[in-house]
Amino acid sequence: MNKFNLMMATALAAGLAAGAAVAQEKVRIAFIDPLSGPFATTGTQGLAIYRHSVKELVNEPGALLDGQAEFEMVPFDNKISAKESLIQLQVAMDQGIRIIAQGASSGVANALTEAVAKHNRRNPDDPVIFLNHSAVDPALTNDKCQFWHFRFDANADIKMDALTDDIAANPDIKKVYVIGQDYSFGKAVAAAAQRFLKEKRPDIEIVGNELHPIGKVKDFTPYARKIVGSGADAVITGNWGGDMVGLGKAVMGAGFDKPIYTYYGATSGITAAFGEEGDGIVKLVGAGQVNPAPTPEAQEFIEAFYVSFPDLDFGQPQMANVAPMLAAAINEVGNATDIKAIAYALEGMEYDSIVTGKTVMRESDHQAIQTVTVQGQTPEAAFEYDKSGRGMVAETVVELASNDAPTTCEMKRP
Amino acid sequence: MALFLVNVLDGFVTGLLLFMLCSGLTLIFSMMGVLNFAHASFYMLGAYFAYQISLVTGFWAGLLIAPLIVGVIGALIERYGLRRVHKYGHVPELIFTFGLALLIEETVQFFWGKSQLPFSEPAALDFAAFAIAGNAFPAYKVFMIAVAMGIFLTLLYILTKTRIGMTIQAALSYPETVQNLGHNVPLVFMCVFGVGTAMAGLAGVIAGPVLGVFPGMALQLGSIVFVTIVIGGLGSLWGALVASLIIGWLQTFATAYDITAEQVLTAIGFTKPELIWDHPLQDLWTLTLPQLGPILPYLLMIIVLVLRPQGLMGNRES
Amino acid sequence: MSIASKTPLTAGTTRLISLSNAMPWAFAALFLLCLPFVFQSSSALTIMNQMAITIVFALSYNMLLGQGGMLSFGHAVYMGLGGFFAMHVMNMVEDGLWLPLPFLPVVGGLFGLVFAFLIGSFSTRRAGTVFAMISLGVGELIAACSVIIVVFFGGEEGISGDRTMGPPVFGYEFLTQQEVYYLTVVWLLVAALLMYLFSRTPIGRIANAVRDNEERAEFVGYSQRNVRWISFCASGFFAGVAGSLFAINFEILTEENLNLATSGSILLVTFIGGAGFFVGPIIGAVVFTLLQTVLGLHTELWALYLGILFVACVMFFPSGFAGLIAMHRRPLALGNLKLLIKPYLKVAVPAITSVLSLAAILEILFHKRHGYGGGHEMHLYGIAFDSGAYQAVGLAGIIAAISLFLVSRVLPEIREAWDSANHAEDRV
Repeated sequence: MNKFNLMMATALAAGLAAGAAVAQEKVRIAFIDPLSGPFATTGTQGLAIYRHSVKELVNEPGALLDGQAEFEMVPFDNKISAKESLIQLQVAMDQGIRIIAQGASSGVANALTEAVAKHNRRNPDDPVIFLNHSAVDPALTNDKCQFWHFRFDANADIKMDALTDDIAANPDIKKVYVIGQDYSFGKAVAAAAQRFLKEKRPDIEIVGNELHPIGKVKDFTPYARKIVGSGADAVITGNWGGDMVGLGKAVMGAGFDKPIYTYYGATSGITAAFGEEGDGIVKLVGAGQVNPAPTPEAQEFIEAFYVSFPDLDFGQPQMANVAPMLAAAINEVGNATDIKAIAYALEGMEYDSIVTGKTVMRESDHQAIQTVTVQGQTPEAAFEYDKSGRGMVAETVVELASNDAPTTCEMKRP
Repeated sequence: MALFLVNVLDGFVTGLLLFMLCSGLTLIFSMMGVLNFAHASFYMLGAYFAYQISLVTGFWAGLLIAPLIVGVIGALIERYGLRRVHKYGHVPELIFTFGLALLIEETVQFFWGKSQLPFSEPAALDFAAFAIAGNAFPAYKVFMIAVAMGIFLTLLYILTKTRIGMTIQAALSYPETVQNLGHNVPLVFMCVFGVGTAMAGLAGVIAGPVLGVFPGMALQLGSIVFVTIVIGGLGSLWGALVASLIIGWLQTFATAYDITAEQVLTAIGFTKPELIWDHPLQDLWTLTLPQLGPILPYLLMIIVLVLRPQGLMGNRES
Repeated sequence: MSIASKTPLTAGTTRLISLSNAMPWAFAALFLLCLPFVFQSSSALTIMNQMAITIVFALSYNMLLGQGGMLSFGHAVYMGLGGFFAMHVMNMVEDGLWLPLPFLPVVGGLFGLVFAFLIGSFSTRRAGTVFAMISLGVGELIAACSVIIVVFFGGEEGISGDRTMGPPVFGYEFLTQQEVYYLTVVWLLVAALLMYLFSRTPIGRIANAVRDNEERAEFVGYSQRNVRWISFCASGFFAGVAGSLFAINFEILTEENLNLATSGSILLVTFIGGAGFFVGPIIGAVVFTLLQTVLGLHTELWALYLGILFVACVMFFPSGFAGLIAMHRRPLALGNLKLLIKPYLKVAVPAITSVLSLAAILEILFHKRHGYGGGHEMHLYGIAFDSGAYQAVGLAGIIAAISLFLVSRVLPEIREAWDSANHAEDRV
């Protein structure tokens, strides 16, 4: 709790360790995400996944600079506010941290990537690197791309590519209803859905395409009525948080029993809220998979996660890639201080992930290309979410998803 | 037409739910002259208590017990908090209830955490009562209508036909006279506050399974409740009912029909610019009715306050 | 409001500012200009900038609440609108418009003023509850519009810019936090001084009169509505200045700059500081920013503590921190302040202990329930222990009980000392 004392203790411990034969260098990663407020669960869960992957995949195997150094996660609470994130970024940089991780909300990611770019432009000798683990607005690796930003999650377009593969394979689906939150990410999802459906299944009719105000809708019933009234065979939505729960419950409550394709329709209380009603209906598209565990190492890794963090879920597998990939980049450079060299090392890196298969950090736009899966909610899942007795099981698996997707990114390299 | 009917019913449910909150709020306001900013927080407390109770005993016990607990908490807050601040005047009172709303939200997060809780309707009501053109109408919503109507009729009966109601109404207009007649006005106030908050708690219990139980649920409904009683006229029970229903229907129908500004503007005779995405008026052209839905109540409130500050059915100002 | 003006109405007619009044301003200026030599890290500067912005914003809010008796739940609107406009102008500067950065707040302030003028034209007709409700409605309306009117508000992501693209001012390009700090501080001093002078002009005095008794002010011949309207416009201007300073500091504005939460927190800031005093909002802003940023680094429960502090403030000391300080004016004038020192020191130790141990109980319980990172290992006040064990809570509880008991024992002594300190005749 008390960070100062924690730091003192760490410093003391570090001092003692220095006295021993092997000096252990601490490489600190600032984790800037909401740890209080309505989205605290998202941040807490992400932090737990990071801590777990740092421990299991880097520190304990001694995978960083031949065991000479260790990663340390330093959490900063941004209360999901752009302003607060910039302040925390400043605090982190003052503490000497040059590696920044963030992911909850594309709005915050936009603010951070701009702040990082500005800082690096103003201080070219002391750059900062931004590892984005889950903000998926495509613009971040397209129009707004920049050299210091790396995205480890599949972006909204890549996810939609996989999602529409699943829809295209289902001949029962003739009409699709697209609904999302009225902001950049929701708009990106809607645009991608139109584009891919037109390309893969021109016979599918998009019977509804609408955006609702984000976080402001109390009752989704009128939307649910429109969806049922339109005769849709499937719903696609990028909603998250309360908007996902509200929409899902209202749509299922209005008698809709066909697939609901979501980006964030699981964990953080959502699976528990849908309960039995969501079985066989709620689908989730995401990077990697939890059920079934793709590799024996993943099985072990996820089991250990649930032992360490029994109250949380292993929700976003791709987050576990950040620490080991960063470690590989640092190993390649040979030190953890030359941030520019580390960024160059990350570019184009190929990595065999235990949860997302073969993963490539694409050089052209700093977008990770990895296995993307479409998962379905079912009570027969080895790793359950929200202690609800049900979880998400992979149904369609796309390896190296959207590897050849074009990007509008014009990367300026220092 | 079928969809229209479904929307009428849905809007009715939303309106009645709003009314359950507004009736308590407007009762408290007319008695004590204090706008209880924390009213929606008691609604949230009701839902959380009911959830906690339902883990042990199931939904129905929670429906009965949770509002009682909320009512007692409300009465205690009136007795030891509000009454203390009362002497400083109405503005500090309003600030006190504002602080209370913050505090309740934080306290709820302290005990129950920050994510949404899985609180669902009782299994006995988890079926579709009927369907209109494929649109299921859940039995639970029928139950909500019944509870809200029951509350309204009981309230109306108590206020107009019973002795307690007479005292309350008298204490409303002539507190000193009623006090001189030997009635314990502070006690009446405390009871009214308790009953008002208990009704908010009850609304929370029955709305919880539909609208979700999460720490932001009070904030989400908080300002709309104010807007409703201001539109209806502060202190008027009938006004609260009318305004609740208007807002319920307004929001439902605004969301249900995809009328776009483009249709309207073209119908009037304007032509849409070709390069709309760089046009200064792009937002005007791409506006839709569902987008406007959430701001309509506020717009209505400002119009009402400017044209008729006492509200639709109110008979006095502030 | 219960807080009445302490100075007679005639004071404003003599002289706006006297030498003795000017001294605190000079000291404040000197102090603020020296601060960066003590706190050099840019995060400390960021926090100080944030504090300065909050001070300007809170002072402008207090023109309504403290001086005009208008309770607003939507003041963030004017700060936000001013800030958004300033940001657009900043982007125009990048595209070639000539405007040195230090003058940007004037632009933002004027935009805030225009909106305050428009909205004030109908909202200031009445004070009290009606005004509060209209302010809430307008606040929610404009916050909701921010996602609809994307051209101006930039939707959910907001709009951002780069402050360094303007013409350099005496060679400064505002690249570092320190340069921005000086710009912010100069504006803080200018804005605070102007607001102080406004409160001492006849119109500021009449605003107080309208706050205290609308009818009497009308009888004297002043339109209460116009008086409120003018205060409202002035307040909107300074809120816009605060918004522009925000734009310069953070280079981004989003919906959260406009919404109810921001409006609510500025009410909290002003009230905790003391709405009845000019320095109240300043104290409130400093305390609030420290609580939010520094305490927020150490505990997840900072908002709970803030809520408790706020409610306690409304209930027990409604004149805020400034009021608590001002209570000591009389003992000071009587030269009796030393009588209070000993009992204060006596209560300080058990009082601080009880606050810390009560907070410890909350922290331990919270950690046990929701602590992230798994396990129950917990660090508090430099001690590591297992939050799952009941001994920790028990120990904190016992310490809290003992210290509260000690506080209750010392209280009568304080009361006695207070009484004697406030009575001149007790002195021999």
